[in-house]
Amino acid sequence: MSEVLLELRGVETRVGRYQILHGVDFAARRGRVTMLLGRNGAGKTTTLRTIMGLWRAGAGSITFAGRRIEALGTPEIARLGIAYVPETMGIFSQLTVRENLLLATGRDGLASDRLDRLFALFPALRERYSVPAGVLSGGQKQMLAIGRAIIEPRSLLVVDEPTKGLAPHVIEVLIEVFRRLKQSETTILLVEQNFRMAVSVGDDVAVMDDGRIVHAGSMADLAADEALQHRLLGLSLAVHQ
Amino acid sequence: MRVSLENLAPKLVLPAIVLAALPIIGVSNWLVLTVAGLAMGAMLFLMAAGLTLIFGLMDVMNFAHGAFITLGAYIGITVLAPLAGWSTGHSWTLNLAAFAVALLAALVVSGAVGWGFERLIVRGVYGAPLRQILVTTGGLIVAQQLFIVLWGPNAIPLVKPPTFSGSILIGSAAIEKYRLIALALGMGAFAALTLLLNRTRIGLLVRAGVENREMVEVLGYRVRRLFIGVFIIGTALAGTGGVIWALYQELVTPQLGTEMFVLVLIILIIGGLGSIGGSLIGAMLVGLTTNYVGFLAPTISLGSNILLMVLILLWRPQGLFPVAKS
Repeated sequence: MSEVLLELRGVETRVGRYQILHGVDFAARRGRVTMLLGRNGAGKTTTLRTIMGLWRAGAGSITFAGRRIEALGTPEIARLGIAYVPETMGIFSQLTVRENLLLATGRDGLASDRLDRLFALFPALRERYSVPAGVLSGGQKQMLAIGRAIIEPRSLLVVDEPTKGLAPHVIEVLIEVFRRLKQSETTILLVEQNFRMAVSVGDDVAVMDDGRIVHAGSMADLAADEALQHRLLGLSLAVHQ
Repeated sequence: MRVSLENLAPKLVLPAIVLAALPIIGVSNWLVLTVAGLAMGAMLFLMAAGLTLIFGLMDVMNFAHGAFITLGAYIGITVLAPLAGWSTGHSWTLNLAAFAVALLAALVVSGAVGWGFERLIVRGVYGAPLRQILVTTGGLIVAQQLFIVLWGPNAIPLVKPPTFSGSILIGSAAIEKYRLIALALGMGAFAALTLLLNRTRIGLLVRAGVENREMVEVLGYRVRRLFIGVFIIGTALAGTGGVIWALYQELVTPQLGTEMFVLVLIILIIGGLGSIGGSLIGAMLVGLTTNYVGFLAPTISLGSNILLMVLILLWRPQGLFPVAKS
């Protein structure tokens, strides 16, 4: 059993007047891909935003690499080595692809070996390196968002629904990218609704409902148990892609 | 094609107005009024540039911005008084030295007061627009009373250095030297800001922050620290604009900044909030409209900029060069 990198215990979050998370408990283990699944409105995005400090946890604890982070600001959390790709991708549309990537690097800037590695994963970004990110297609923007998150080594990659609204061939590219990231033992926490993506890359799974974790286990076990899928998600994963 | 036309059209507004005025006004007057309009625009740009970045980066509307324009003007007067030997002599170098010292003093003092204002007043009202309006308007009222306490309620005359006065003749058109100086300073400030924003990492962060502040924080940067820097630059530029405007008008009043703030707001709305290029074009449009309409139809010149703003908003409700927020 690999070491726990990120752990949430009893996390509660309010957004405005609404209590969204009602005591979330789960862990992401080092070097593994943890899928966070659940129906719309279950609290998946709120959980990710709470981890990143974008919304404050009103109760509970979040521990990353042995350090409590729930009281830290977002920049401090990011500097601990957590990269976050939001559902909206967070691309700076008026900056070029190069400038978007540059913002995610340290003082040394864009090292050529890292760029080569990134372009090997996403060749389209090499071709569009100097154009404003706003003119990229939806798939290319997602590639840039993920590329920006992995251009420098990170301890944890947190990604919110990367395949949402993308064409099937782009989803295949992303699945391949996450497989390669998995091979490099990058720890990933992934919210995803696409069955092929979830089964292809997920090691562990936590299922949310109404702001709580209602199931945690192995992704392979959930993928094999259609009755469990129906009970937890209200439908079979196979038709939810 | 439609997209490129949409992008091109706002860029054509300024040259279209300048060219349209030529046959109506006549070459000689047109040249004088165009230089006067561009010079006024350059001075207004200095006053507006910082405010547009302050709003763009943190959604903070600082209604006390005009006080920094007035502060700069008073600092200029205060510094030029003991330097009267330099500023009233007929030596070009001494005049320039006095002017430079006044500009530098206004820049430093306005920036320093801006830093204190951000720490004490603005910091507590991030994310609360109504409180921002109340608190910064309160700051403006307090500042105006302080100006009256420190420099008196009456208008203080200010004389341009002799070598900055007078005109250059181009054909039959007399172009005021000071307007050319103001134009050069405004364009220099625009070039410096453009270089800062486009060629430095800090500038890259500011541009990114204007578009999506939250994502900049997700990448590990403390946007509030960045904002303090932008606030200082914005207030320092406003103070500098105040000195240049005061020397142009040769008069300083406690209401100077408040009067200019109305034009600054029009510039921000026309140009698009958060856009430095938009501020420059907006400022030039306001300067040119004021001068052209003032010449052609003086009775409606006061309302001409409001009309300009209304027309542009009817066409492009986000302004000419809006920054896409995400």
